[in-house]
Amino acid sequence: MSTQRPEPETETESAETEAEADAETPSERREAAKRRRAERRERERVEEEERAAADAERYHLKVFRYDPEVEGKQEPRFDDFHVPYEQGMTVLDALIYARDEFDVSLTFRHSCRQAICGSDALFVNGRQRLGCQTQLSDLDQPVRIEPLPHQEVVKDLVVDMEHFYDQMESVEPYFQTTDRPEEELEEQRQTRENREKIKTSTRCIWCGACMSSCNIAAGDNEYLGPAAINKAYRFAMDEREGEEMKQRRLEIVEQEHGVWRCQTQFSCTEVCPKDIPLTEHIQELKREAVKSNLKFW
Amino acid sequence: MHEYDVIVVGAGGAGLRAAIAAQEAGADVAMVTKLHPVRSHTGAAEGGINAALRDGDDWEMHAYDTMKGSDYLADAPAVEALTQESPEEVIQLEHWGMAFSRDDDGRVSQRPFGGLSFPRTTYAGAETGHHLLHTLYEQVVKRGIEVFDEWYVLNLATTDEDDPDERSCHGVVAYETATGNVEAFRARDGVILATGGLGQVYDHTTNAVANTGDGVAMAYRAGVPVEDMEMIQFHPTTLPSTGVLISEGVRGEGGILYNDDGERFMFEHGYANNDGELASRDVVSRAELTEVNEGRGIEDEYVHLDMRHLGEERIVDRLENILHLAEDFEGVDGLEEPMPVKPGQHYAMGGIETDEFGGTCIDGLYAVGECACASVHGANRLGGNALPELIVFGKRAGRHVAGEDLGEPQVTAGRTPNAETASVDTPVSLGEPWGGEGDAVADGGAAADTATAVVERALDRERERVERLRDRDEGAQHADIRAAVQRTMTENVNVFREEDALKEALVDIHAARERYRDVYVADPSSTYNTELIQTIETRNLLDIAEMITVGALARDEFRGAHWRKEHQERKDDEWLKHTMVSWSDGSPELWYKPAVLEGEAKTYEPKERSY
Ligand SMILES: Cc1cc2nc3c(=O)[nH]c(=O)nc-3n(C[C@H](O)[C@H](O)[C@H](O)COP(=O)(O)OP(=O)(O)OC[C@H]3O[C@@H](n4cnc5c(N)ncnc54)[C@H](O)[C@@H]3O)c2cc1C
Ligand code: SF4
Ligand code: FES
Repeated sequence: MSTQRPEPETETESAETEAEADAETPSERREAAKRRRAERRERERVEEEERAAADAERYHLKVFRYDPEVEGKQEPRFDDFHVPYEQGMTVLDALIYARDEFDVSLTFRHSCRQAICGSDALFVNGRQRLGCQTQLSDLDQPVRIEPLPHQEVVKDLVVDMEHFYDQMESVEPYFQTTDRPEEELEEQRQTRENREKIKTSTRCIWCGACMSSCNIAAGDNEYLGPAAINKAYRFAMDEREGEEMKQRRLEIVEQEHGVWRCQTQFSCTEVCPKDIPLTEHIQELKREAVKSNLKFW
Repeated sequence: MHEYDVIVVGAGGAGLRAAIAAQEAGADVAMVTKLHPVRSHTGAAEGGINAALRDGDDWEMHAYDTMKGSDYLADAPAVEALTQESPEEVIQLEHWGMAFSRDDDGRVSQRPFGGLSFPRTTYAGAETGHHLLHTLYEQVVKRGIEVFDEWYVLNLATTDEDDPDERSCHGVVAYETATGNVEAFRARDGVILATGGLGQVYDHTTNAVANTGDGVAMAYRAGVPVEDMEMIQFHPTTLPSTGVLISEGVRGEGGILYNDDGERFMFEHGYANNDGELASRDVVSRAELTEVNEGRGIEDEYVHLDMRHLGEERIVDRLENILHLAEDFEGVDGLEEPMPVKPGQHYAMGGIETDEFGGTCIDGLYAVGECACASVHGANRLGGNALPELIVFGKRAGRHVAGEDLGEPQVTAGRTPNAETASVDTPVSLGEPWGGEGDAVADGGAAADTATAVVERALDRERERVERLRDRDEGAQHADIRAAVQRTMTENVNVFREEDALKEALVDIHAARERYRDVYVADPSSTYNTELIQTIETRNLLDIAEMITVGALARDEFRGAHWRKEHQERKDDEWLKHTMVSWSDGSPELWYKPAVLEGEAKTYEPKERSY
């Protein structure tokens, strides 16, 4: 499914200019003119880049580029950017600099800058990471920045998250209990231990890094994947939902493309930016499922 | 054209709560949001959510603290609604499964926060907002409420009667980021704006990059008055290099502020002899900057916040997230070293003027959350009071728009006979050069048309605007304009404010407007064109920056977060009133309305704020 990615060895070449002589309608002419201008800007950018590359205080990024609509970018490629380094600079800072100073069309998601919105998960030097949480100084140069693997690329570093959201939503990701306190203003009790037990599982920011790192998910599109299973864990282990609901949740994760697909490779756990012990949670659900089956057989 | 009873713009805490309430009241609801809901900035809230839940506390104490904290610029009926309903709403969140921190008896924990007379800040570690956002989104998923995510709302579809009070809002026009399609959403009952903060007018802010004040700017240009915009909250503990917030929870748990001489300056230099670090945010922010300005800052820039003495166990239990933030974003281990902190823009106390049900002066247009000003924070918001605002007013607006009878509002929206006109001496003509002709966003649709026609006309106009931005060949780029505005706001309209500097900011904003006339979008693609969206956001930031600065220049007194060098006193005789800015023929018009200090059972008499 995912877009073919070239090896990032070649430096950027500006795309061949298309002959626009046969453009007929005004809108075609406009489009053609727009393309020409884009190409001119592209040349200027490459020149600027070459100047910047001579500067030793700069970090060298190789950034994946692809846009289905723009001629020069339909063929996936890597662009080089040299950004001036400042103490504490993150991968996201560097991308923002590259976009605002060199190429306004460079596209990536980001918002919070503090590892909580989950929108800037990227594949940086061969590993899934949040751009905003990754210091440039921790990385070897050139820093290679790509969209999350195993996801359809929409444009540049932006991937289609629909499938991920669908999987998250397929596990009934909402609290369900029939056992409410009688008093309206009375909360349901939860022990500190129980909250502690679910704590790490509640930290998921839906970044998709785990899913992207998982070989099983890559091969089996229906596999729930680590994030969705973790979401199920979050509720199954919450004592406030009660035993009956827990059984139901176990049934959900036990389905054909559920927990049993996991082959304990730990790649999800390794990349999760919120340090959620995903593999452990999946294992625990497997054990619970076995236990509850034993009860019935 | 998409058609629903209710359109909610924005899917942070306020929007989600409003959507749930409207749906429960029987409406067919859709949410339109420029980010996927779980990416909203509510997720970044750390410290907690205030509600009088325990014996020994009650809503009246909470109301009193809030009025005092506001420096008597909040409206009492709205504050009382907030404080009366937040316990029920917080418990509702718990019933929806929110993972609050717990006491030994299994009940939700509460902690002390600045400016509160009782430890009533309920929390979930130092990630309260994350839990709140996800819990609410889960309920939206459960109810099958339709969400259009990554759709950027460009404008409101509003009629254009001369008097804004007679206008109606029939929907919105939005741009689908993935495809570049511009489409209309008609709302049969009403539109609720829940677009969140506007911190991106500053370059040092705790706010997300998406917090560009879109809702405030859209409502403003549709004719809704915008209230108390000069009241910008600066948070005293943000990390110097990024603006990432270190929760007030750290001081709530006993964290201490030190200057470069190792002095606990909040006490030793007499800034707050009783409450010290737990004085309210405006007081602590000024104290820190005074230390820096008087040469006792560290590296002339910041102070230290120390939590080491709290011990690893307590820190990990209650503030674990802070350890991660300090480590990831400043390279500091909070268990071993003090954390560097300085004030940063944090919250907009002002916003779209609403009544206590979120209603604006335009029929069918509501606003809730940080973009709105139901006037519960006045001149200074207490920590932990924004999250209850989202859910209390979100719920109220959702019900109201869906047709539930909630009675008569006591806080009126729109001009009333006791509104006072005003003018202020500015160095440049405000709002110019822009407005009137060529400013496609400035006015509404046609008054006499049917609702559908109004929405269609708004759609045509927005399509034209998008085309124009993309068609233009060359000119200015939004990133430069945005940076210029952020710079001047941070230099000139910050914690400390002086007349000359405020005027300089207006000149700079004017220059930025001038350049914006030539703005163009270089990226030719209609697929995920973030440059186009940012260009439109930048237009909104220009209006927001101007509203803040004009309001600050006019208010020649010292109240809450608004400090004026030339006017070092609170002038209650003159200034117990709200600054209102209305868009009038392409430039801002300033007027005032009195603050309502009279509550249900009592009147809140202005007292000196000492901590
Ligand atoms: C770092 C931080 C910590 C905080 N901690 C606390 C705390 O501990 N306690 C407390 O009470 N308060 C806290 N606050 C304040 C509080 O979190 C915010 O005021 C509140 O979360 C804002 O919620 P909201 O729903 O109004 O907006 P947001 O959560 O920002 O949501 C805005 C929504 O609007 C959408 N949107 C915006 N523009 C458009 C557009 N043009 N078209 C379509 N959609 C649009 C966005 O996609 C988003 O979904 C904190 C704030 C920050 C920044
Ligand atoms: S589990 Fe971790 S890696 Fe997976 S989506 Fe959640 S935060 Fe991201
Ligand atoms: S920008 Fe929000 S997680 Fe990185």
